[in-house]
Amino acid sequence: MSKRVPRVLIAKPGLDGHDRGAKVIARALRDAGMEVIYTGLRQTPEMIAEAALQEDVDVVGLSILSGAHMTLVPRVREALNASGLNDVPIMVGGIIPDEDRAPLSALGVAGVFGPGTSTEEIRDFIERLVAAKDANG
Amino acid sequence: MDNLTTQLLAGNRRALARLLSQIENQVETAAEALAQLHPHTGRAWIIGVTGAPGTGKSSLVNALAQGFRQRGQTVAILAVDPTSPFSGGAILGDRIRMRDLSGDSGVFIRSMATRGSLGGLARATRDCVRLMDAAGFDVILVETVGAGQSEIDIVRTAYTTIVVEAPGLGDDVQAIKAGILEIADVLVVNKADRPGAQQTVRALRAMLELGHPVARQVSHHGQLMTVGEAPVSSALQVEDWSPIVVETVATEKKGIDALLEAIDAHRAHLQGEAFVKRQRQNIEVELLDRLQTALLERLNRSLSSEALRDMIDQVRQRQLSPQAAVGMLLSRL
Ligand SMILES: Nc1nc2c(ncn2[C@@H]2O[C@H](COP(=O)(O)OP(=O)(O)O)[C@@H](O)[C@H]2O)c(=O)[nH]1
Ligand SMILES: [Mg+2]
Repeated sequence: MSKRVPRVLIAKPGLDGHDRGAKVIARALRDAGMEVIYTGLRQTPEMIAEAALQEDVDVVGLSILSGAHMTLVPRVREALNASGLNDVPIMVGGIIPDEDRAPLSALGVAGVFGPGTSTEEIRDFIERLVAAKDANG
Repeated sequence: MDNLTTQLLAGNRRALARLLSQIENQVETAAEALAQLHPHTGRAWIIGVTGAPGTGKSSLVNALAQGFRQRGQTVAILAVDPTSPFSGGAILGDRIRMRDLSGDSGVFIRSMATRGSLGGLARATRDCVRLMDAAGFDVILVETVGAGQSEIDIVRTAYTTIVVEAPGLGDDVQAIKAGILEIADVLVVNKADRPGAQQTVRALRAMLELGHPVARQVSHHGQLMTVGEAPVSSALQVEDWSPIVVETVATEKKGIDALLEAIDAHRAHLQGEAFVKRQRQNIEVELLDRLQTALLERLNRSLSSEALRDMIDQVRQRQLSPQAAVGMLLSRL
């Protein structure tokens, strides 16, 4: 009688000081019945990996509005891998130009969500990720 | 021994994180892991930190953990926040205040949502603390929102309970309002940099003088009590301990040494016979709680919902008394 609740880390890497977008996502996911670990502003890749490990999250969500996604995402991926979290997927939210989507996927980013994305879309995406993870044991 | 269990004992942090999830998700294998780990627990000093939202508990836990680290002790933190009753989801934000601890391999922080029933929460908290204990942490800090009976149940897991108060959250002293003053071994007035702090300190001291020692006696000895009815004082008090009031400014790390000393003093007080007594009380409550749950589960399995509805209808139509119905249910066990 397992009672699984998806756990999501929402982190804000980089130096820009806005976390409104991250908070909107956090609330939407909570309202979709998920547990959101919110770590606040200016997270280093190492801090993100540490939180992801300790909190045993199903997915790491990065909110990046600064345009620095092409440098930040690979660094977070490396930090996760260095902690043995190769199997924990990343999703990215923010203002991501179309031409960056393919390279991000190539870096192993499981989902990219622009400003127009509905919260249902993000919720469905996470639910699919979690279902696939559970199916693989 | 199970793979994760072995890894946890070897200090693998991801194994600890995974087993914590198994407990939260009530995966059946978690019970077995806990049973295997039981001989490896009992080393950690468990500290409960409770109080109204916004009093500064997370900030205080951050500062306290740093204090213990400076003494060379390792620290695990379990930060509990409420689940939304509407969606079943939660935003767990306590880590925001614990940034100073990041990058320290002697610290492990886990956020936990309250999820379902309060009884279930107390059980999950206890089990999660046990995993952290088995993983070898010297000190375990459990942060909960102080709102009444549920926190009192959770705090039963702890050896030293800190109740956090802050000025400026309304006219009343929150801990008195919530009825959690009685569980305090140490009372912290945080935000001592804010106006009104002295007034809060005075109000607390006055309450303590009134309440001590009559309200603080252990009322159950060697007799099984009903879990739901366990009086507040039974979880708690060892004779002759007067709660220490400490003023802090958690965000500036002020008063933390005094708080650590108060914890030391309580720990020193709770030695020998007193500690045995406290542990006996905690274990008694736990065993009864587990027994209650197990019996109910067994009953649920032996009784179809139609049969139960049938019985309820018989009581409703006055063909069966509630007393006789319970007798019938008991005979099924
Ligand atoms: N002025 C002042 N603010 C504090 C102090 N401790 C915490 N805070 C602030 O109070 C707010 C709530 O703190 P937090 O630790 O999250 O409280 P919790 O909800 O009890 O865990 C935050 O904005 C903190 O920065 C303090 O000693 N003085
Ligand atoms: Mg908190």
